[in-house]
Amino acid sequence: MDQKTIVLGVIGADVHAVGNQILNYAFTDAGFHVVNLGVMVSQEEFIEAAIESAADAIVVSSLYGHGELDCQGLRDKCDEAGLQGILLYVGGNIVVGKQPFAQVEERFKQMGFDRVFGPGTSPEEGIQALKEDLGVA
Amino acid sequence: MRPVLLIDFGSTYTKLTAVDLNTPRVIAHVQTKTTADSDLSIGLNAGLEALQQKAGPLCFEARLACSSAAGGLNMVASGLVPGLTAKAAQLAAFGAGAKVIRAYAYHLTREDAEEIAGIGPDILLLTGGTDGGNREVILHNARQVAGIPGSFPVVVAGNRAAREECAQILSQSAHPVFCADNVMPQMNRLVTEPVQRVIRQVFLERIILAKGLSKAQGLLDGILMPTPSAVQEGLTLLAQGSKKRPGIGELMAVDLGGATTDVYSVADGLPTGANTVLRGLTEPRVKRTVEGDIGMRFGARGVLEAAGMPAFLQLTGLDEETVEKVIQGFLLSPEALPQNEAEEKVDFALAALAIRTALTRHAGTLEEVYTPVGPMYQQTGKDLSGVKRLIVTGGALIYAKRLEEILRLALEQKDPLVLTPKEAAWRCDRGYILSAMGLLNSFDQDCALELLLEAFGKEEKDAAG
Repeated sequence: MDQKTIVLGVIGADVHAVGNQILNYAFTDAGFHVVNLGVMVSQEEFIEAAIESAADAIVVSSLYGHGELDCQGLRDKCDEAGLQGILLYVGGNIVVGKQPFAQVEERFKQMGFDRVFGPGTSPEEGIQALKEDLGVA
Repeated sequence: MRPVLLIDFGSTYTKLTAVDLNTPRVIAHVQTKTTADSDLSIGLNAGLEALQQKAGPLCFEARLACSSAAGGLNMVASGLVPGLTAKAAQLAAFGAGAKVIRAYAYHLTREDAEEIAGIGPDILLLTGGTDGGNREVILHNARQVAGIPGSFPVVVAGNRAAREECAQILSQSAHPVFCADNVMPQMNRLVTEPVQRVIRQVFLERIILAKGLSKAQGLLDGILMPTPSAVQEGLTLLAQGSKKRPGIGELMAVDLGGATTDVYSVADGLPTGANTVLRGLTEPRVKRTVEGDIGMRFGARGVLEAAGMPAFLQLTGLDEETVEKVIQGFLLSPEALPQNEAEEKVDFALAALAIRTALTRHAGTLEEVYTPVGPMYQQTGKDLSGVKRLIVTGGALIYAKRLEEILRLALEQKDPLVLTPKEAAWRCDRGYILSAMGLLNSFDQDCALELLLEAFGKEEKDAAG
């Protein structure tokens, strides 16, 4: 099997590093080539890393509640940069306060994300989704 | 006595340094006009004669040379993303002692190809993609380069999964192809040594020959490297020392020329503040940059544009019209020395502002980011604010009348987010010791280090900043 490459990072001014390390470990362990950008990653950095590494997916984390602002326009910028159709995931505490997840998911899908994960998602769920979407057996 | 001859073929002057390995000491140092137009050996012979007049007859154990004559080593670099492989390619080329005429990112267009044909580089460096990453762009660029007329060598140092195919595409053109390991095998990780080795090899085997510098070869044991590489080797040895003896630690150097300004740093440059996160490409410990638009004569306009007229007015006390006129005069007659008070003042301001601009561009920067846990800083590039030693060289500084003042002003950094040295004790390389010892390093490291420490390692009294 061709190893699939994913770009991973925590978007915006968010410095939550622990979850990022856990995901890095879990995705690598599951057989993905992980380009981990760590914390405080801008949209541009996600895109540039995806271009150079010819990534199959960009997996965005956000823990501090400002994810909705940070993620706006990412899909458009990907399209502009020639990354048409690249898989975009987002997960974590991605909005302010407690809001019904179905609404949150809908808003992020409107923004162009292929999958949206709420708080408390296990890494396995993400791995399973990636394998499905990227056609990994 | 065990004399060794160290030669630096500069664009204007050929500098000869005779060293005795036994004592060790510098026996004598002379300068003659470089004769690159006709035959380098004419100038070299004149220099040898002058040297032996000073020191008596010498029977050299070895003759080692570096060269920046006939324009030095001019390169074009091509990469994928501007801040990633294109930047990596540029840093690698600088580190190999080259001047990067132009750096391209993404797909090379036909216009780009035409421009490169016009530039006619000595070497083109082709990069792009991490290992296993993007292949499409470097392959496209290889095809574009293969279509460029001429026979300049191409060094391929991109995604290893595309290397063979690139080499194959280029082998069908007149461009000789050389391959090296990827300059950025993983995201943000810079690997420059393998590609620099290949560039140096190509320089030795082809460029020296192509520039007609090989006529002097019979008189030497070879031209080993471009002059900036020799300077960089000297600086690295001085900073890091050898296995037997420690160096003086982290340092920076500036070579201020008429057309360009080189800046070197030998320092880790990692973040010093607790709330600072390092962003982007991790830059090399030994880093060289060349500012192609910053210099004392051909580069004077660039200094004015970068530093701004107000800075010139403040440092010179002259009016705008006079500054403009003097700079125009410098551009028209780059060989002339300052003739009057106004020219001297502008010359002084040019030196200080050229160094300040070049240091600012070489050093990293901070960006303040407000986060829910308070302000944080993102650092791009190297934090050189803690570097305490600066070595300066280049004709304009060696003969400068108010060097102390020039350097104090050059180190004044008004922007707290720019990570240039805050205060540094300085030394001036008046005898071109750095390049000479960089050359000697490969022949007798202990002796080279000893002489470097003697020249630059002493108690620093003349602290600036």
